Amino acid sequence: MRGFIARRLAFVVLTALLSSMVVFAATNVLPGDVATMILGREASEQAKDELRSQLGLDKPLVVQYGHWLGNMAKGDWGDSLSTGQDVRSVALQRLRNSAMLALVAFLMYVPLGIFLGVVAAWRRDSPLDQVISTGSLAFIGLPEFVTGVLLIALFSRALGWLPASSAIDPGSGFFTAFPSLILPALTVSLTSLAYVVRMTRASTADVLQTDYVRTARLKGLSTPSILFRHVLRNSLLPTVTVVAAGVGWLMGGLIVTESVFNYPGLGRLVLFAIQRRDLPLIQATTILIVVIFVLANLVADIVYALLNPRIRYR
Amino acid sequence: MALAATSVFILFLFAALFGPLVAPYDHTAQDAAQRLQGPSPAHLMGTDNFGRDVFSRVLVGTQGVFYLGGAGTFLAAVLGTALGLIAGYAGRLWDEAIMRVLDVLLAFPALLLAMVLLSTVGPSDINLILVITILYIPMFARIARSMVLDLRTREFVEAARLRGESRRYILFGEMLPNAVAPLLVEASIRFAYSIFLVASLGFLGLGVAPPSPDWGRQVNDARTFFDVAPWMLLFPAAAISALVISTSLMADGLRRVFDPSVEGRRR
Amino acid sequence: MAPPTFQVQDLSVVYETDSGPVPAARRISLSVDRGETLGLVGESGSGKTTLALAAINYLPANGRVKQGASRLNGLDLLRLPKREMPRMWGSRIGLVSQDPRSAMNPTLTIGRQLDEMGCRHLGLGRREARDLALAMLGKMGMSDPPSVVGRYPHQLSGGMLQLCAIAMALLTHPEVVILDEPTTSLDVTTQATVLDVLTELKTELQTAALYITHNLGVIARVADRVAVMYAGEMLETAGVKALFARPLHPYTLNLLRCVPHLGAGARAERPKDGKASGITRAAAAEADASGIPSARLASIPGSLPPWDDLPRGCIFAPRCPLVMDFCRVSRPPLVEVEPLRWSTCLRWQVLLSDEGRAQAVSVETRAGVPPLVEDTRSRGPLADGGLQPSQEAVSVPVLEVKDATKAFGPARSRAHVKAVDGASLSVPQARTFGLVGESGSGKTTLARVIAGLELPSSGRIFLAGESLKPSVGARGPHMLRRLQMVFQSPDGSFNPRMTVGRALMRPLMIMNRLDRKNARERALELLEAVRVPASHFDRYPSELSGGEKQRVAIARAFAGDPDVVLCDEPISSLDVSVQSSVINLLADLQEEAGTAYLFISHDLAVVEHLSHRVGVMYLGKLMEIGEVAKVLAPPYHPYTEALLSAVPVPDPTAASKPVRLHVSVSSSLGIPSGCRFHPRCPRYLGDICRLQAPPWRLSDGRVIPALAPTSAAGPDRPAEAAHSISCHIPLEELVRLQGAG
Ligand code: SF4
Ligand code: SF4
Repeated sequence: MRGFIARRLAFVVLTALLSSMVVFAATNVLPGDVATMILGREASEQAKDELRSQLGLDKPLVVQYGHWLGNMAKGDWGDSLSTGQDVRSVALQRLRNSAMLALVAFLMYVPLGIFLGVVAAWRRDSPLDQVISTGSLAFIGLPEFVTGVLLIALFSRALGWLPASSAIDPGSGFFTAFPSLILPALTVSLTSLAYVVRMTRASTADVLQTDYVRTARLKGLSTPSILFRHVLRNSLLPTVTVVAAGVGWLMGGLIVTESVFNYPGLGRLVLFAIQRRDLPLIQATTILIVVIFVLANLVADIVYALLNPRIRYR
Repeated sequence: MALAATSVFILFLFAALFGPLVAPYDHTAQDAAQRLQGPSPAHLMGTDNFGRDVFSRVLVGTQGVFYLGGAGTFLAAVLGTALGLIAGYAGRLWDEAIMRVLDVLLAFPALLLAMVLLSTVGPSDINLILVITILYIPMFARIARSMVLDLRTREFVEAARLRGESRRYILFGEMLPNAVAPLLVEASIRFAYSIFLVASLGFLGLGVAPPSPDWGRQVNDARTFFDVAPWMLLFPAAAISALVISTSLMADGLRRVFDPSVEGRRR
Repeated sequence: MAPPTFQVQDLSVVYETDSGPVPAARRISLSVDRGETLGLVGESGSGKTTLALAAINYLPANGRVKQGASRLNGLDLLRLPKREMPRMWGSRIGLVSQDPRSAMNPTLTIGRQLDEMGCRHLGLGRREARDLALAMLGKMGMSDPPSVVGRYPHQLSGGMLQLCAIAMALLTHPEVVILDEPTTSLDVTTQATVLDVLTELKTELQTAALYITHNLGVIARVADRVAVMYAGEMLETAGVKALFARPLHPYTLNLLRCVPHLGAGARAERPKDGKASGITRAAAAEADASGIPSARLASIPGSLPPWDDLPRGCIFAPRCPLVMDFCRVSRPPLVEVEPLRWSTCLRWQVLLSDEGRAQAVSVETRAGVPPLVEDTRSRGPLADGGLQPSQEAVSVPVLEVKDATKAFGPARSRAHVKAVDGASLSVPQARTFGLVGESGSGKTTLARVIAGLELPSSGRIFLAGESLKPSVGARGPHMLRRLQMVFQSPDGSFNPRMTVGRALMRPLMIMNRLDRKNARERALELLEAVRVPASHFDRYPSELSGGEKQRVAIARAFAGDPDVVLCDEPISSLDVSVQSSVINLLADLQEEAGTAYLFISHDLAVVEHLSHRVGVMYLGKLMEIGEVAKVLAPPYHPYTEALLSAVPVPDPTAASKPVRLHVSVSSSLGIPSGCRFHPRCPRYLGDICRLQAPPWRLSDGRVIPALAPTSAAGPDRPAEAAHSISCHIPLEELVRLQGAG
């Protein structure tokens, strides 16, 4: 078990390192010269060269990378090229906002998704299952910007219940922000919900086919015992991994949704950074997202191992 | 269900192939007199803020979706499968190297990676295709690899080794034909996702440059006019959803056909 | 007279499938009384499991009981509403299924799974339920029940798990218990112990038991009465002794003649003097002509009738050697032909006489089948059409393995396991070396090492005196051609996307360098030689039956006219009636082509039937090796002794032999020090067995220390001696012990 965690941890570190290389490499071949961008077109070549050497841009890429990685690790994420703000504080603040949004979404889709998936599998091939299964496929097919726009049209324009824009003050607390969180959370939830439903249904249906569930039935156990002790214990194991993998989906969804709702989160910050070609901001936000995603998977792996005696007692 | 979905898909495919020929208007033709008109027999889906025919734009937009998503998915399928086959069969070292690198790609949310890469190389058709390719290579590689690992210990592969078949024959003659079905299913799922992705990028303004009628961009442009001209938004949005949904339903149907065990009907 | 405890009357079950309704069981009646065991025998597709599950009102969603009743002490289970059933299952009806590995919930400890029974059906609290479970396990002879209940299924050995599953099923003292092939997935030694425990417990609890199996040996050991099923119908039922002594249905008779009986001796053609005089075609022909019954096994030609086209008359008519026109008129009912004996056969009286029985047994002959090797171009000794392999040919073994070792896992780590440890053996031309061992013995690994599919950690392999490269990739086509393999699983042996014809042509084109046309011709000849219709040439493997696939696999192995064919459990996944025809085929081909076999099997009787020499493996080491008659007679290695006494013999009058091995608790595969068999050895001597690897004791009195490589001991090395045993007990002592025991 300890070996297992150590191995997963090593994998996380390796992945984070490699992806930081990818990000660094990608951002360093960005068209446009940083020095020109900062000093403007009119600046003399000499001034630009000075700035380049000041920023270390004249050194070999490997050295630059090492330098950059060291700074990232120390918590010096640089200043935004477009706004001049400290990247770290902006990124972390936006991260907090995205986390609030994600939390609300999570609470919406994870329990509901598992519930619907289990129901569909338990009543397999019934009309109910058909509705849930096909419905979930349909929701997977709805892009967030479509659902988002439609939800705005319905709940704020037509019914006027909720704000159309979620452009809250970036520093606001959870409860002041809450009304603005509902619609965007609902938007990102729909796709992820469908994903969780399908995966839960599949794993539950698999477990329902196993011999040990047959054994449980032929032991004459009550339906709740069969369902909770024998079926869900096994079928929700893969769901742990599925939910973690869904974090990737969720974050992709956040980029779009935040921009639909003008919500000041990490996703919109990434988009902003990319639109402005703001190197330090792109690097920091991208790596932040990757690290979160990888950590989510790590947590899922550990939870999976903890719940699974076949790994726990090897 | 899957049949209905397939017919919808085929309808879109026709639109992609012949859309520009049958489109009632030039999709770029502006007509100031006809701005923001609602659906009518002349303009089935109304007109946009420049007076362009929404129907023609949706129709012609199909082409881009199929072209970009299709080419990207196809390239990813070919390259990913090749990488997966190599990883599965060439020994531990190659396997580790290939799969670790692909794992890194998987550590990025797809949309994010697409955005970063696309902003690096600049938005163009070819670049978008390549980005889709890079994004989806890992999925195909994983499937191909797991097929190889599964098939490698099967007796018919060992029998092939015992009669002295070359590695290439074993990989492509013995194994690949058995991996085609799951790869095909994956390809159709990926194709659906690529439509999604292209549309999302278009919506975020990172897709192909205007005036090419990108569905996602159309939706984005139409948001401002939603109150006065909802059709501008609804029709491209519906087109995206219908195509994605029909493609994924079709993929689901394919999966059932190829892998009846999922349905688990014994006997 | 009170009604029997469990009674099924006129039960028919139908499955609705995409390709139409499948009448999986038709008009079946049976009954079991308190303390009685009814053995339900049948091959795959006989509907025996369907019947049992339908009888306890448990069918998959697409299954439906068409008619009939199933009464448990008078109560018709099939009339009970579905929601009443959970109160019956578990409390009044018990079930033990085939594979305990999949029948136990992997995420719950054994204890919790056992407790559920007491809590649910006996109204006990957790603690009382646990006490009851522990008591039950103790009653089964487990030495340490508390340590067993605390474990998860993956931590227990298969045998131990099955014992727990049995305890679970019997915990509530149900009135009837369904045992669905409960020992099929276990090793013979474990099976023997489990059967003993089961029999004891059942007798004590006076449970009515329905024991489903395809294994006639097991039936003979456990059943009081037997019912024989075929294609969804019951053909015969009788008391166990009567049925085995005097079957009154041709199907039963053939089934009994299909399996080789342990101790019946090897193929009659083979001279028994133990001297190497070889096999002659003339001798084979003679044996066939004289009709010595044990020369060939019976086999039932044809296959199950398709569900959508069942014969109108006797269901067995299409395959029955006794069939007459009147058999085909209408379905004969099951009638009481003699007191307490029922049979559907209209001609059962024929089976009362010896001649009649001889007539009813179908033995395929090789007559009319073209020989596999059509010209005399092949190997030297046989080339002159000469039928007698020269002395020289016999003395130079065609396959020789010296000290082959295969280790898995990194050295010095806990995962480091020597799956094969210093195995040496040699096989002369036209002979069979039988390799016996239970699962985990390394016998398959050894075959794969020889084939080059697995790289040996050390050791060398010689083919007709030439050293073989370790990896299959490095062996040239001429070497590959001479060493081929037949695999265990007929399904896995063929690429599902490649036609049978192509599968046969490919090796001919690659190894024999034939062009397309010639390869096709030769492939068709091969098909004919293994009795697969030429029409199958363009079919896909999924369209062939298991037996046909295995025949094609054999044809493929013989395509390059090999010197040696490695047969890795080639019959173990086939039905009994098909097994025998594959065994016959292998024997025939050996005689025709002079091929040497390494025949791997866990089935001692089959090995005895086919082999000239035998090696017994345990946990990667050869324990005993020698001529077949010597290995199967005292002195035995203690492990061989246990194996032999564990094999269930299809003869209910045979006395059960006393040597039993205890079932190991843990699933982990540590390799014991000293003699690997010591933790389970019934003849364990003490520290010497635990600490020192035993020496080889040769039948001529030599003793070769364990540490000397087996191949380095000169001409009398164990690999070639008439008989050698690796044990600390001297041979004379073994003879004395085993003679007495
Ligand atoms: S009834 Fe006829 S066909 Fe059927 S088993 Fe008896 S003899 Fe054979
Ligand atoms: S050496 Fe000892 S433990 Fe091994 S088989 Fe002989 S008596 Fe048994």
